[in-house]
Amino acid sequence: MMEKMIFGRYIPADSIVHRMDPRAKLIFVFAFIAIIFLADNAWAYGIAAIYTLASIWMSGITVRFLISGLKPVMILIAFTFILQIFFAREGRVVLDLGFLTIYEEGIRQAFMISTRFLLLVFMTSLLTLTTTPISITDGLESLLNPLKKIKFPAHELALMMSIALRFIPTLMDETDKIMKAQMARGSDMSSGPLKDRIKAVVPLMIPLFVNAFKRAEDLATAMEVRGYRGGEGRTKYRLLNWHIRDTMALFTLIILAGILSWMRFWL
Amino acid sequence: MDISLQEVEYRYAAGSPFEKKAVENVSFTVSSGECVAVIGHTGSGKSTILLHLNALLKPTSGSVVIGDRTVKAGRKEKDLKPIRQKVGIVFQFPEQQLFEETVLKDICYGPMNFGVSEEEAKCRAVYWIKQVGLSEEILQESPFDLSGGQMRRVAIAGVLAMEPEVLVLDEPTAGLDPRGRKEMMNMFFRLHKERKMTMILVTHSMEDAADYADKVVVLHKGKKVHEGTPRELFSDAERLSEWGLGVPEVVRFQRMLEAKAGRKLPGICLSIEELAASFSELSGGKAT
Ligand SMILES: Nc1ncnc2c1ncn2[C@@H]1O[C@H](COP(=O)(O)OP(=O)(O)OP(=O)(O)O)[C@@H](O)[C@H]1O
Ligand SMILES: [Mg+2]
Repeated sequence: MMEKMIFGRYIPADSIVHRMDPRAKLIFVFAFIAIIFLADNAWAYGIAAIYTLASIWMSGITVRFLISGLKPVMILIAFTFILQIFFAREGRVVLDLGFLTIYEEGIRQAFMISTRFLLLVFMTSLLTLTTTPISITDGLESLLNPLKKIKFPAHELALMMSIALRFIPTLMDETDKIMKAQMARGSDMSSGPLKDRIKAVVPLMIPLFVNAFKRAEDLATAMEVRGYRGGEGRTKYRLLNWHIRDTMALFTLIILAGILSWMRFWL
Repeated sequence: MDISLQEVEYRYAAGSPFEKKAVENVSFTVSSGECVAVIGHTGSGKSTILLHLNALLKPTSGSVVIGDRTVKAGRKEKDLKPIRQKVGIVFQFPEQQLFEETVLKDICYGPMNFGVSEEEAKCRAVYWIKQVGLSEEILQESPFDLSGGQMRRVAIAGVLAMEPEVLVLDEPTAGLDPRGRKEMMNMFFRLHKERKMTMILVTHSMEDAADYADKVVVLHKGKKVHEGTPRELFSDAERLSEWGLGVPEVVRFQRMLEAKAGRKLPGICLSIEELAASFSELSGGKAT
């Protein structure tokens, strides 16, 4: 069950998205996150959705795969959708069941918020699916470099991030393994009353944490033994190259931002 | 209780780009009271096969018959707990499954999940902790303060305390010291003999396979390539090396002796005593 999760994984392939400069992709994703908040009506979301689908299409990853790999996130989105429907109290009443009423505004809000959430998740997954953790780190460090002047720990931050990303799949595999081991000892996480199910999580979480701490310690030792001393005076083996396609990608994003703000402020 | 695999195929992450066929078309039967060794090069699918033996994995095609239950590809199974009670698995590196505050509680966890009373579970803990070669005092300690070898033994005791009918072992002695290894294997073998416990053992040690198994199943790249007695298997060193495997120490020694003496023994010997007897017979009673 865990092995299907694609959150934080990298899929090696050779597409234009894979080949993009990680700096461009990082700027792209962060800018997209900001831009999506410009959308405030169905048409705007439609355009943003088409833009997102086009980006996914260019990476050679199928939407079906994304959805199946992000199942837990999908459940969360469905959950917010339902909450939104029930909580908004504006506009025309669409359905009145006595104990609960659904308003037009509720449906509208629910659609918009879950679409926004979905597009954000797709775009950020696209970043991690098409970029190796190491290039994300390199990109981030290079983007944050100017901040080093004000003593901002850019290198350390990038390193922390890359380690976290690197260990997501490892932790997933481990969760799967420990879950199986406890299931073999009769633990049952998928049936029975809620109280028992919550209790059944303890035998999973404790070994997981213990292992994570142990691994962190081992990693720290291994780095120290190999003479790691931070980013100072470190040169790079992989050099980042900014191509015309990177400029183009950001350019299309500016156009999207333009269209969305036009729709929001002038239409 | 018999367990029988029928044309089992398993793909990890089926239906995603990470899809990976780990085993295919594997069939064999483990009869009640038998000891079967599963050997194969690293990555050959041994652990994957083991997970099918108590329905932790469901085959993506084919079926597994466990006692009176059948786990079939593509069919939803409910209430697998009885299967898991009858088939206990000691995983590769079982020390990772420890989580309780004390060793005692951890050993009791399995049995109590299967409805054993707390008192009975404690009795079992006291019994099994000694069986795995640790002292009773350790029961009050935290499992995380133990050495790697001790943790391993505690984890094994935790599975044995469930008192399963079938014991499945995935390299239970990897990483133990040589003496601990021998002790552990002898303990398992004693259980197998005395309690008629069915045993399935994954091992990288050809000696263990030769010493303990009634039957050896060889996996190679996810397929079953051989099934037979250890004696049959280890007389064909050439084929073994094709699968990335070797022969037991004794057999290698026998081949060396044969080369030195310039003649062949009638068959291979799986223990040093057998070899000595066979060799002295050959040289007409004048023992070497
Ligand atoms: N959780 C998993 N997700 C994807 N592939 C896996 C997973 N577990 C195992 N595999 C793959 O399945 C194949 C068989 O693995 P398995 O663990 O059964 O081998 P093994 O024979 O037990 O090896 P070893 O002797 O090293 O323990 C390997 O190629 C492995 O890469
Ligand atoms: Mg294995």
